Amino acid sequence: MNQELGNERKLTIARAMSEAIAQEMRSDGRVFVMGEDIGALGGVFGTTQGLLGEFGGERVRDTPISETAFIGAAVGAASDGMRPVVELMFVDFFGVCMDAIYNLMAKNTYFSGGNVKVPMVLMTSTGGGYSDAGQHSQCLHGTFAHLPGMKVVAPSNAYDAKGMMTTAIRDDNPVVFMFHKGLQGMGWLGTEEGSIVGVPEESYTVPFGKARVVREGADVTIVGITSGVHMALAAASALSEKGTEADVIDLRSLVPLDRETVIESVRKTGRLIVVDEDYHSYGVTGEIIASVVEHDVSLLKSTPKRVAFPDIPIPFSRPMEQWARPSAERIVAAFDEMVG
Amino acid sequence: MVPTPEQQFWMYEHMLISRFLEQDIEKIYMEGKTPAFNMADGPIPGEMHLSNGQEPCAVGVCAHLKPTDIVTATHRPHHIAIAKGVNLDRMTAEIFGKKTGLSGGRGGHMHIFDPDVNFSCSGIIAEGMGPAAGAALSRKLQNKDGVAVSFLGEGAANQGAFHETINLAAVWKLPVVFVIEDNAWGISVSKESSTAVKHNDARAAAYDIPGHYIPGNDPMAIFEIAGDAIARARRGDGPTLIEIETYRLAGHFMGDAEGYRPAGEKDALFAKDPIPAMRAKLLAAGILSEESDADLVAKARGRIDAAIAFARESDYPAPEEAMEKVFI
Repeated sequence: MNQELGNERKLTIARAMSEAIAQEMRSDGRVFVMGEDIGALGGVFGTTQGLLGEFGGERVRDTPISETAFIGAAVGAASDGMRPVVELMFVDFFGVCMDAIYNLMAKNTYFSGGNVKVPMVLMTSTGGGYSDAGQHSQCLHGTFAHLPGMKVVAPSNAYDAKGMMTTAIRDDNPVVFMFHKGLQGMGWLGTEEGSIVGVPEESYTVPFGKARVVREGADVTIVGITSGVHMALAAASALSEKGTEADVIDLRSLVPLDRETVIESVRKTGRLIVVDEDYHSYGVTGEIIASVVEHDVSLLKSTPKRVAFPDIPIPFSRPMEQWARPSAERIVAAFDEMVG
Repeated sequence: MVPTPEQQFWMYEHMLISRFLEQDIEKIYMEGKTPAFNMADGPIPGEMHLSNGQEPCAVGVCAHLKPTDIVTATHRPHHIAIAKGVNLDRMTAEIFGKKTGLSGGRGGHMHIFDPDVNFSCSGIIAEGMGPAAGAALSRKLQNKDGVAVSFLGEGAANQGAFHETINLAAVWKLPVVFVIEDNAWGISVSKESSTAVKHNDARAAAYDIPGHYIPGNDPMAIFEIAGDAIARARRGDGPTLIEIETYRLAGHFMGDAEGYRPAGEKDALFAKDPIPAMRAKLLAAGILSEESDADLVAKARGRIDAAIAFARESDYPAPEEAMEKVFI
């Protein structure tokens, strides 16, 4: 990945997000940050490191544990000309503040006939795999992507994280920026080495709605997002050893969604596996498969497969959680079943 | 703080405009809905929450506000929108779902946005409080003039958002005023049976901010106390919580038979209608004469007639325009 980036310094996603926010705060006085533990602590998942020291407490505001209040406040501030970046510490906490998110943040532009802009970023952590049980491990990609009015993006590596955060802050629409805890490079959450990549020091953007082909192959298309991309890459390596070459696609953005890149890949491979650490039913995996089938069912030469979290709350106990999570092994098994 | 004669005149005038709009909407709403009442029918479909009787809250507060100040209102927003100076023609067209409406018909009567005067409202209880606090924060961060006022009903004081937002506004000392219109009823549930305190201004103490209770639906008293609270916010001294006793002279929404009201309650409220009371006060003070009142009434009626005509004559949006303005 990111071979085009040459020998640049490598960053974790956490560092890349912090750097993007800092650069935007330097160049745009309207950008400020609110959330729980985003000040002196620098964000529980390292997303706001160094910001308090550089910008001070007026623009880097630790909030009370009141998500409804501060996300609602971000909507009001964004509508009044500011560009807030707010952190919902765990996406699972959406339960206490979804009204502010989907009834205000996501709808005010539409309800105002486009006369009120809500340029805000809601960044939030997703994902499990480290035994944090079912209120701190969900992805909820499908939940957010289902509801109109918010852009939803989720990077799998630090290069995309920095560029997409910059794009998110500059966007005049609300953006939900989901970052997977296991990819943050925090050490104490385990570290996915593949997420730590070369990142230019200067500011740059990565456009929304453009998936990226991260590995090319002619035999099967494997589509993923965040952790699913790394699982897909590991599966592609394993399949390659057996003589099967996979196209691996990182969606990067769920809203807007780049269906064309997936369709073009399936046109080539005729086979489709979609990986998502989010729940199996009514989610991203079904949406991707439906998009291909609706476009042209004859592109498929075998039944498509989904590799997702089963429809159960995420269990605590290590053997149960690890069994339930998608993995490279489950992707390989899905392929074997598909061609078997 | 006593309103000048001009301010009193302005308050009365805007109470009249609001009442005349609601009276017309009440009639037009029923067009196409008889003999069988179906909310989906007629020129104004959907829910309709009328503000008859609550006008003093709107004019007493908004008399102190400039167009640059921010107001967030509730599902019962017309009186407040009028007092804040929202474009009346385009608001009325929005209520009718017309293309010329403030939002091109996407919002309707519970979702009125007029950025020219910094007015918005929303349909869920206590929902406007966070955005008001955030707009107040925005002014503070930008070092720009402006206070935010969030209107809410007494039922909203039992929502989590109420407590979260007042705490946040108090901790950050934001230039925001929270105004509770206490009309005694959350749809059909009385305040008495749903709320642990008699008056919600008591809850201000929990957040170490000033709280005021204003009895009697009195525009003058509202003007005085709201004026102090807004001046306090402008000085940078932080938020205030105000609860106003007001009267809901209509049902919760159109079609509400109000069987839950005790016998005689409604008649007693009509006897205390704030508009005749205000008129009598202004006549007694010599601010209004029978003649100037007749002029004012005619002018207010004419203003509403024009708004209704504008709304009726405007086109509906093309159905496929529904797909636009999700993102900008």
